[in-house]
Amino acid sequence: MTMQGSKPAALPPVVSTPVFAAMPKVSRLRPIIAQVLPPLLVLAVLIAAWQFLASGPNATLPPPTKVWADARDLIVDPFYDRGGLDKGLFWHLLASLQRVALGFALAAVAGILLGLLVGTSDFAMRGLDPIFQVLRTVPPLAWLPLALAAFREAQPSAIFVIFITSIWPIIINTAVGVRNVPQDYRNVAAVIRLRGPAFFWKIVLPAAAPYIFTGLKIGIGLSWLAIIAAEMLIGGVGIGFFIWDAWNSSNLSDIIVALTYVGLVGFALDRIVALAGRFATRGTSAS
Amino acid sequence: MERFLEISQLSVAFPKAPVPVLREIDLQIARGEYVAVIGHSGCGKSTLLNVIAGLLPATAGGVVLEGREIDGPGPDRAVVFQNHSLLPWLTCYENVRLAVDQTLSRAMSRAKRHEWVLENLALVRMTAAKDKRPNEISGGMKQRIGIARALSMKPKVLLLDEPFGALDALTRAHLQDQVMAIHASLGTTVVMITHDVDEAVLLSDRIVMLTNGPNARVGEILDVDLPRPRDRLALAADLRFVAARTAVLEFLHARHTNPALAAA
Repeated sequence: MTMQGSKPAALPPVVSTPVFAAMPKVSRLRPIIAQVLPPLLVLAVLIAAWQFLASGPNATLPPPTKVWADARDLIVDPFYDRGGLDKGLFWHLLASLQRVALGFALAAVAGILLGLLVGTSDFAMRGLDPIFQVLRTVPPLAWLPLALAAFREAQPSAIFVIFITSIWPIIINTAVGVRNVPQDYRNVAAVIRLRGPAFFWKIVLPAAAPYIFTGLKIGIGLSWLAIIAAEMLIGGVGIGFFIWDAWNSSNLSDIIVALTYVGLVGFALDRIVALAGRFATRGTSAS
Repeated sequence: MERFLEISQLSVAFPKAPVPVLREIDLQIARGEYVAVIGHSGCGKSTLLNVIAGLLPATAGGVVLEGREIDGPGPDRAVVFQNHSLLPWLTCYENVRLAVDQTLSRAMSRAKRHEWVLENLALVRMTAAKDKRPNEISGGMKQRIGIARALSMKPKVLLLDEPFGALDALTRAHLQDQVMAIHASLGTTVVMITHDVDEAVLLSDRIVMLTNGPNARVGEILDVDLPRPRDRLALAADLRFVAARTAVLEFLHARHTNPALAAA
């Protein structure tokens, strides 16, 4: 509403320059408000609906007011640490993020290399693609028992689950990107006689980069899905086990707070990879 | 005529097609000449250009440039592609620079190459936008960068594949004038594919008219003996211009109607 008051429309149009000078102020703020207002409004409506639905005598889930009352400590102070598993959400999220970071980094390196191999060599394509197509449909958690048997420890098993979950979209997208270098770019390279490694570095890799980052973006999303489930099973510090632990002590409010954090962190991870992609591909990759 | 670029008995067939696209094309082009190749869509104009560029192999016959048979693409036959084909992750400067680094690194020092890139960007008046990426500039500007990139390779022949086809009429006229000026100052040999009759008559020394494909042949070659420099406004009423234009139109629309349109 304060926006309305600062409109320059009230200025008398005697001299044109002051009007122009006042114009950008409004036009710069308005798009921001247009962006921020709708999600805030929808969020308010959803919370109101939740409050209404969860307030009845037969409601099984706590309303927002109860969540706030129950889990206030958890919401306002994510950094407390009382030893053992009694830590703020920040520490749980940090532990989960460390596992994801390690598993995803390994998957990114191995996935891009394998993708480049499959994309450039027909033999590798025919030999490996059927195996990839079968393995990629195995659900992440199905790998966990095998990983636990192989590593005999929770931490590397969780990291392996992240790795094996996120590697497939990275491999497949990288290979597609390498195979789909547009004929136009190949023609340009042919005319200026770019061949061999120079062709690969200057044409193939930049042309495939948007695809690679699409694979990374899908991969980081899957990692975050998988780590929560894996941690529920392996225990220890981590947001997944925190949720499972809260469920076992019937602490529904804590679960709701944790889910909110999980969603926000997942969204942040997705944006970070998208931003990295836009930066690395110099704006040619779609976010 | 001096044999600079010679196309002799050239036929091009695609593997699965029963009839060749081009059949027994013969054409001699002199150094510094501006030749337009015109014909209906699908007659194989672009195929002809791609064979000269070395991007497509000839099925029979061949193309000889300065006594050497063409057996692959190279910077001595620089192509300006219809869809500009700039690399989107490089700036305008970097797009030209990549071509210069790749083709002239032995002939020029680093500093010389930098200057040469700037010189070519200035030639197409794109100095101001040199650090922009292709998706930040207009279609006409992209095509100018494409021309600068092609010229920067110091080609013996400049191959233009419907270079102005995707542009609006005003931008097209502007670019045609620039290409005429560049041709006048550098004297580069140019082979231009086009389907625009006015463009062909305005820019060329000779117009090669192809019959309808498949099995397209050289139907007729028209000499355009208009004095240079040419001015589009003055020529509009010039009788020689009108006569040349009529001749091409008659070839395209009276004797060799577009088969696709005739069927419709």
